[in-house]
Amino acid sequence: MNTLAAIVTDSQRALAISLFVGFVGITLFITVRMGRKTKDADDFYAAGRSITGIQNGIAISGDYMSAASFLGIAGLIALYGFDGFLYSVGFLVAYLVVLLFVAEPLRNSGKYTMADVLAYRLRQRPVRTAASISTLTISLFYLLAQMAGAGALVSLLLGITSDLGKSLTIAGVGVLMIIYVIVGGMKATTWVQIIKASLLMGGTIFISLLVAIKFNFNPSTMMQAAQDASGNPNFLAPGNRYKDPVDLLSLGLALVLGTAGLPHILTRFYTVPTARAARTSVNWAIGIIGAFYLMTTFLGFGAAALVGAKAITEADKGGNSAAPLLAQVLGGGADSIGGTVLMSVIAAVAFATILAVVAGLTLASSTSFAHDFYNNVVKKGEATGKEEVRVARFATVVIGILAIVLGILAQKQNIAFLVGLAFAVAASANLPTIMFSLFWKRFTTRGAVWGIYGGLAMSLFLVIISPVGLGTPTSLFSTTASSIFPLSNPGLVSIPFGFLCAWLGTMTAREATSEAMYPELEVRALTGAGAH
Amino acid sequence: MTTTSPGPTDAPSVQDPYLVVEQSPEFQALRTRYRRFIFPMGAVFMVWYLLLIYCAGWQRSWMGQKVVGAITVGYLFALLQFVSTFAIAILYTRYADKNIDPVAAELKAEVERLDSLTGHHPTHLSDSELDVADLNAGA
Repeated sequence: MNTLAAIVTDSQRALAISLFVGFVGITLFITVRMGRKTKDADDFYAAGRSITGIQNGIAISGDYMSAASFLGIAGLIALYGFDGFLYSVGFLVAYLVVLLFVAEPLRNSGKYTMADVLAYRLRQRPVRTAASISTLTISLFYLLAQMAGAGALVSLLLGITSDLGKSLTIAGVGVLMIIYVIVGGMKATTWVQIIKASLLMGGTIFISLLVAIKFNFNPSTMMQAAQDASGNPNFLAPGNRYKDPVDLLSLGLALVLGTAGLPHILTRFYTVPTARAARTSVNWAIGIIGAFYLMTTFLGFGAAALVGAKAITEADKGGNSAAPLLAQVLGGGADSIGGTVLMSVIAAVAFATILAVVAGLTLASSTSFAHDFYNNVVKKGEATGKEEVRVARFATVVIGILAIVLGILAQKQNIAFLVGLAFAVAASANLPTIMFSLFWKRFTTRGAVWGIYGGLAMSLFLVIISPVGLGTPTSLFSTTASSIFPLSNPGLVSIPFGFLCAWLGTMTAREATSEAMYPELEVRALTGAGAH
Repeated sequence: MTTTSPGPTDAPSVQDPYLVVEQSPEFQALRTRYRRFIFPMGAVFMVWYLLLIYCAGWQRSWMGQKVVGAITVGYLFALLQFVSTFAIAILYTRYADKNIDPVAAELKAEVERLDSLTGHHPTHLSDSELDVADLNAGA
């Protein structure tokens, strides 16, 4: 543990904490102000549809660029070179699916949740129950990954290594996220995302610029230095992390198809007034996220060349320390003022990132619980907006506490797979039903239900019997029983399976009412007539 | 369903405005223009992306070859994915601005005009009412 002590100094800890407290103070102030303007369900779930396309684009970027992207991808590139960069490509290209197929029709034909679009011409109760379950599952996986990440981050960046300290940090993150969501709803969450995205971009641009200056703005020099420091002649070629190409293909599919099924991204499109604004949102998100992921190469290679794989893995096996350690080196080293300041800034930005992402996830889950499950399944659509929002706030507290407890319990587990799994479930369970209900006239309730449960169950089953669950020293369930499914991401099988289930469910029975309602859905989706 | 295809302007007062607009040649053309862009373009970027994944998985030595200095084929390929993503987003936005938005706005206004004219608003049936409707349709 002497390396931890070496990377964290007292003054740095104090500075990082005060910067973070500043972020929390500003965002809480905004939350309280927005809370006063949050009066009805439209405000709480969809920020009164008053967010502009550009604001929403920045907020989507904030929702999307999690700590896993910022710290995780920088670390993967630093340790494995090209294979880490493939995450960046997949995460970006995914937005073309959102732009071309999902954002505009969803905005036009739905109200608050993804299930609104499905329920438009299908049976409310079975479809909304299924969509609610998949939404909660995806969000909870994603939440857990972020919460446990927060625990790991404090030990890394603030030198808090005791179990109690880590657990308290997780609880603190959870409590703050509950406050943002119940007090300020979507309006506050949106502004938290916008502030966080600006901080994250600012920090990333600054560090990238410092790296670029070190290498005279020559990427080739930087990459050569990274390869030399790694001592691996194949550092710049693919295959350093994913030995099995099929594993890479499976992950690649989940990354590119998952985004369009992520509930916390989809609900963001309801915050803008029109489909055109939804398009503007995606375009801005593509610009910001694209620039960010391009810069992950500077963070990653910079860390590989200037910090070195040995120091990175000594501080954290997964490589999450690459970006903060790089900041420290660029600022002048551990004992310098510059190094202290820069690393504290990066630590505070990383916390802000986690906090914003968990708030977005919690809001998406409580929205789906209150709107889909409580109102339309339990109350058969009779609940008033006020009742719905009350239930949503209550659900926020329950989900928040659940996330805190599970986050604390999951700390000792190897949970790096959870984000990849969330993307796989989103692509396998949600994407087939969204696509079919928008573009296939014959699609039926049974198709939607089979698609969601089939894709969800297959993803979970395959992960349990994969090396993540069985057969390796870090496996969750058994370290001795050998794994049955060889891939660490289920996407390659579970995504086609989700589509197959949705297709099979549709072909085994006709649903005249669904077909009869399709023209209306189509006109709404394409023209925006009757949109909320 | 009527066999004649009434234009948006001469709608019979009892008909659902959405159905009337859906059957209009303007809407049919709009849908064709939308689908003709998104599906081929979707196929193009998926194949292009999967090609990168294929090369990263199965053509590793080629991807690792250095082109300029230490910059490899693989990195240039990955960078091209960024370029193509930006380009497709720009192409789609231009296409939609020109070929989708104006007609969509006209048809939206038409639905709203017919809506106010006929007083017809789409009513959504409950699950059990849908069950009855589907039974009747099957009989």
